[in-house]
Amino acid sequence: MAERRLFILGALLVVASGMFLFWNLRGPTWFILNLRAEKLVTLVVVGASAGAATVVFQTIATNRLLTPGVVGFDALFVFVQTMLVLILGSSAFLDLPAMAKFGVETALLTLFAVGLFGILFRKGAGDIIRMILTGVIIGTLLRALAGFAQRLLDPSEFAVLQQATIASFNVIDDELIGIVSISLFVAFGLCLGIARKLDVVAFGRDKARTLGLGYDRFILIALSIVSLMVAVSTALVGPVVFLGLIAASLAHAWLKDHRHLVLIPGAALIGAVILVVGQTTFERVFAFQSSLAIVVEFVGGLLFLILVLRRPS
Amino acid sequence: MIRVNDVNLSRGGVEILRQVSLEIPKGGIVAIVGPNGAGKSSLLHVIAGLVQPDSGQVTIDGQDLHQLGEQARARVLAFLTQNQGAVPRLTVRDLVAFGRWPHHRGRLKAEDHAAIADALSRFDLETLAQRDIETLSGGQKQRAFVAMCYAQTTPWMLLDEPLAALDPKYTRDIMERLQGLEDRTVLLVLHDLSIAANYADWVVAVKDGCVHSVGPCQDMITSERLTDLYDVPLELAEVNGKSAVIWR
Repeated sequence: MAERRLFILGALLVVASGMFLFWNLRGPTWFILNLRAEKLVTLVVVGASAGAATVVFQTIATNRLLTPGVVGFDALFVFVQTMLVLILGSSAFLDLPAMAKFGVETALLTLFAVGLFGILFRKGAGDIIRMILTGVIIGTLLRALAGFAQRLLDPSEFAVLQQATIASFNVIDDELIGIVSISLFVAFGLCLGIARKLDVVAFGRDKARTLGLGYDRFILIALSIVSLMVAVSTALVGPVVFLGLIAASLAHAWLKDHRHLVLIPGAALIGAVILVVGQTTFERVFAFQSSLAIVVEFVGGLLFLILVLRRPS
Repeated sequence: MIRVNDVNLSRGGVEILRQVSLEIPKGGIVAIVGPNGAGKSSLLHVIAGLVQPDSGQVTIDGQDLHQLGEQARARVLAFLTQNQGAVPRLTVRDLVAFGRWPHHRGRLKAEDHAAIADALSRFDLETLAQRDIETLSGGQKQRAFVAMCYAQTTPWMLLDEPLAALDPKYTRDIMERLQGLEDRTVLLVLHDLSIAANYADWVVAVKDGCVHSVGPCQDMITSERLTDLYDVPLELAEVNGKSAVIWR
């Protein structure tokens, strides 16, 4: 049954992609199609990596509420951007070659994320309250540091920074799309490669170890893949904290399967469908009158609240 | 044989196990008994290789436990923890199949299917095989987790309080099924001394982090030893041919 539903999701993505590419196609067809295709690839890879990374992250944390964003990843992104603007200045920041800026941001975010998740998971993921609180405290610290640094910026620098820290799917540097797609495709393949071991990790540390899994080393590898996926997509479009939560929750609810070989592609497809359908709606129906990222965050935030309130005590 | 040699374990400055040395022979049911906080579960965790002792050594059939890799260890020892991680959407068959993981690493072969079928049959789970584990009663669920350990086909099965919160019907059911496993040694932490008296072949008594006494059940479950172990007057009585431990 799960495989059939996976197929339906795949078909849905194909239909949504077709609509995104061909709906309301006027004027210089090839030029517009080229622009739309680049944006479509971005939407699909960002949505897919958010969904897949969140499923992996939640399995490691043995908790369906957590996402890399909830434990402070967005704060980390804002902090890194603020520091870059503060140190380099807004004009140098804007003049940075896209590839170099993306590379530096991805490297910093991956490094920070591995460190952050390493701290959070060091004593195991059993104490969920401790994990969330540690993440929130680290996030608050990073936001406070970024806030302090932002006070040192002049208004024009601050405006540049604000633009850089809000997720946007409208302006994507086409130079980056190829390398991002390849990186995320490889990372997604790695996720599928570790899927069977994640099935065992879902039982928790002790049980996984008694079933013969080299748990600590495996968790480090899995967290590195998650960090890379989140860092790459965040560096490309900005932080979308709750997209992964929506995709992972829907994947669990709809696929009704414990196998990560099904859950990971399922969440990836749902994440991609959400972004493609959402962007199509905003571009073609609302004519860019609102931001998709803000709506995704609003819906995801509500879902997070519902999941927290419905969680048995 | 499991040989525990001079094991010491402390956490946060508190000594949990002190100079524990003992030998556990192969075969039958071995009960670890003792008062609350005596170190029974900690001892089982050390034997399972989940906790690294501060000093000392555990050998299983002559092999140093901590020299074995995770996978090699999982082929010698199966361990059922007190709190089972609940994985949603898992059927009983899926759960039992995870017991084979040290052998198949995610890709089931013919011998895995045979071992799963054997475990389901031995623990009378065939009719429940396709049921979601979350829909089972506490007793059925525990039986499924024990079957998962059994499917691991290890010579040693370590069970940490497998009877906790089970009613007498399920308690007897699980113990009788464990007693029928001729090719395994079952090492389990027990609180119910009457169960130990009726089903255990060998008993390890632990008190204040030390081994109080070790020996065959008939020598260990006596009024004098139990009174000394628990610091409360206890007596072994015979009721309808069964042993019962009662307060004096």
